[in-house]
Amino acid sequence: MNAPAEIDADQLRGRVADFLAAHDPAATDRLAFLRARFDAGLAWIHFPEGLGGLGAPRSLQPVVDAAFEAAGAPGNDPRRIGIGLGMAAPTILQYGTDAQKQRFLRPLWTGEEVWCQLFSEPGAGSDLAGLATRAVRDGDTWTVDGQKVWTSSAHLARWAILIARTDPGVPKHQGITYFVCDMTDPGVEVRPLRQITGEAEFNEVFLTGVRIPDAHRLGEVGDGWRVAQATLMSERVAIGGGSVPREGGMIGIVARTWRERPELRTHDLHQRLLGLWVDAEAARLTGERLRQQLRRGRPGPEGSAMKLAFARLNQELSGLEVELLAEDGLGYEDWTMRRPELVDFTGRDAGYRYLRAKGNSIEGGTSEVLLNIIAERVLGLPPEPRDDKDLPWKDLPR
Amino acid sequence: MTAPTTPDLLYSETEEDLRAAVRSLLTAHGAPASVLAAVESGRPYDSGLWRSLADMGTAGLLVPEKHGGQGATAREAAVVLEELGRAVVDVPHLTSAVLAVRALLGCDAGRPEVADTLTALAGGRRVGALAVPLPTAPGGTVPTSVRAEPTEPERALLSGEVTAVAGAPGADVLLVPADAGLFLVPATAEGVTVAPVTPLDLTRPPARVTLARTPATLLAEPGQARAAVADALLTGAGLLASEQLGLAEWCLAETVRHTTQRRQFGRPVGSFQALKHRLAALWLDVTSARAAARNAADALATDAPDAAVAVAVAQSHCSEVAVRAAQECVQLHGGLGMTWEHPAHLYLKRAKADEIALGAPGRHRRVLAGLIDLPGPVG
Repeated sequence: MNAPAEIDADQLRGRVADFLAAHDPAATDRLAFLRARFDAGLAWIHFPEGLGGLGAPRSLQPVVDAAFEAAGAPGNDPRRIGIGLGMAAPTILQYGTDAQKQRFLRPLWTGEEVWCQLFSEPGAGSDLAGLATRAVRDGDTWTVDGQKVWTSSAHLARWAILIARTDPGVPKHQGITYFVCDMTDPGVEVRPLRQITGEAEFNEVFLTGVRIPDAHRLGEVGDGWRVAQATLMSERVAIGGGSVPREGGMIGIVARTWRERPELRTHDLHQRLLGLWVDAEAARLTGERLRQQLRRGRPGPEGSAMKLAFARLNQELSGLEVELLAEDGLGYEDWTMRRPELVDFTGRDAGYRYLRAKGNSIEGGTSEVLLNIIAERVLGLPPEPRDDKDLPWKDLPR
Repeated sequence: MTAPTTPDLLYSETEEDLRAAVRSLLTAHGAPASVLAAVESGRPYDSGLWRSLADMGTAGLLVPEKHGGQGATAREAAVVLEELGRAVVDVPHLTSAVLAVRALLGCDAGRPEVADTLTALAGGRRVGALAVPLPTAPGGTVPTSVRAEPTEPERALLSGEVTAVAGAPGADVLLVPADAGLFLVPATAEGVTVAPVTPLDLTRPPARVTLARTPATLLAEPGQARAAVADALLTGAGLLASEQLGLAEWCLAETVRHTTQRRQFGRPVGSFQALKHRLAALWLDVTSARAAARNAADALATDAPDAAVAVAVAQSHCSEVAVRAAQECVQLHGGLGMTWEHPAHLYLKRAKADEIALGAPGRHRRVLAGLIDLPGPVG
């Protein structure tokens, strides 16, 4: 960002062309190609030179990605390594030591090493800062004991970002430290967590005497809550993307069923569908307006509004579709326990959508907590009186 | 990157300047606190405020410059309506400067009676009203019980009755759809009776208009008249969404202010989660209403091919949001919200009347069903 002469889109296209001339995608091994792309600074261009980037504006990343895609170059399959790209990498960049950046970022970006996130616990969901997993220091090594939950990719991951309690004697936000955890440590046990859909996207992770070298600590001891905020902020920045067409998303799926199955229509469902169509269109326009504000450099608080709106719409629309399908709504595709790599509402049956959408108002912040956030941060309403912020964590009632 | 059809949902600097000017005028006028006294005065509308607004040029926003207007678009008109809604003032802006003006713009402006009327309305010197029942939705048929007896070319005697004509009390000219086209009728003409009903919404009183062999001038033949009225209703409905947005924004802001200050059980009532969630949900509603209203205004301003969809979505959504916001405002003000003295009831009454105006939400959704190919049950 602070380079004297900022690189522009044409220069970036030139760099990609030069790179492709030296590394024919058709004749180069996939991993070798991705490593070379990282080393050329053409991975995530807003990262610094030497760490996969060029210190270029993040807004130009699509230029580079499009140029590689047009050349048929192999990609790093970002959906498979979303936690690493969206959460671990920005945090390592901001808080990591030089050695940590050199060690972790390249295999993270190429996808050689998958990352997962060990934040939520059975006893710490919405109240994440109340977490109970303990990390105890002995010289240059920490020993970690506890249990994490709702961990996607844990069964595939080489590394995890982990927050654990290092000082129970201070108020809860102050006693947390942020680590990189080796998922191959013998004390790490990963178990699939089967959901109401029948399959297991997520895991429970049991940590028993897991050893973490102090060199794998991110940020200062006791500063983990602040570091975790950076992770969660990055997650929100990563959400966004381009304009959504009318009838994009769940409303399009239900509208298609409606058009294709006239024999299922009833007056009551018609009224409700039209109402939800209007709500979906209003939500789509709200998202479009948010993107326009961001482009003008004036981000609004609509981001949390979008998540709330889509959770409600997905749930109501998928419920309406099951009801519309009547006899077919009584069936379910398959209850076999599976481990899907990606969550996708399309290509699945209505029953799956109905059940999976129930998670939309829980994952990534419950709708109830988001409403609190809007009330306090957007509307400025006073917080509820709380007795858990100033007491030492060990003295909190539980 | 951006497709040419992507609507501009933001406010331009010019639009923000216009908003600031209108808001500062309304604030100086003392609205909304002053509105109750104005509606209790017995006058059909606040003529002093209307004059001040007209001096700013708001009455002629949608009128081309050659006819004495500002030549602005529905986007700017929408911003003015947001502010008028926020202040719940009783001026005939929607009925004269939007509905009557748009109906006239659908006629042949080369004719002196059309051009002269446009110029008079643009300057706010005269006030017009389109004689259709306020609940009429765009996209449907306009009920016309008024019959014309031709007397000479382009002159006729009109007889009949139109109910629930908003803005008729205090109007100087009536634009009357009849079987033989759209006619111009001075309110003072022979045989005109404007009988106000006791209105739910004190700030926009409707009236029953009766014509008994009233001399009238033809403005448009039936085909053109139908198109002109349809366009006026579509524009009116689309812009009404912005008025509803303004109403809802005031209700939310006022309720947040009140619940932050009002203390019960030793703390501000706005710190209770039950209230916070309701207000946050209302903020979501208002946020999406803003996007929908902006989309309708932009579609009307750019003559977008799917303007009818944008208007139906905005009306269906914003009508309900405004009513919800006003109801929450009354409820969360507690006893205060039930008093005549507090302005919350003016917003509730306007919001409820606006819900019916230019098509209730269900009517808009029925129109929408045809536009987006989501037909109802077969048989």
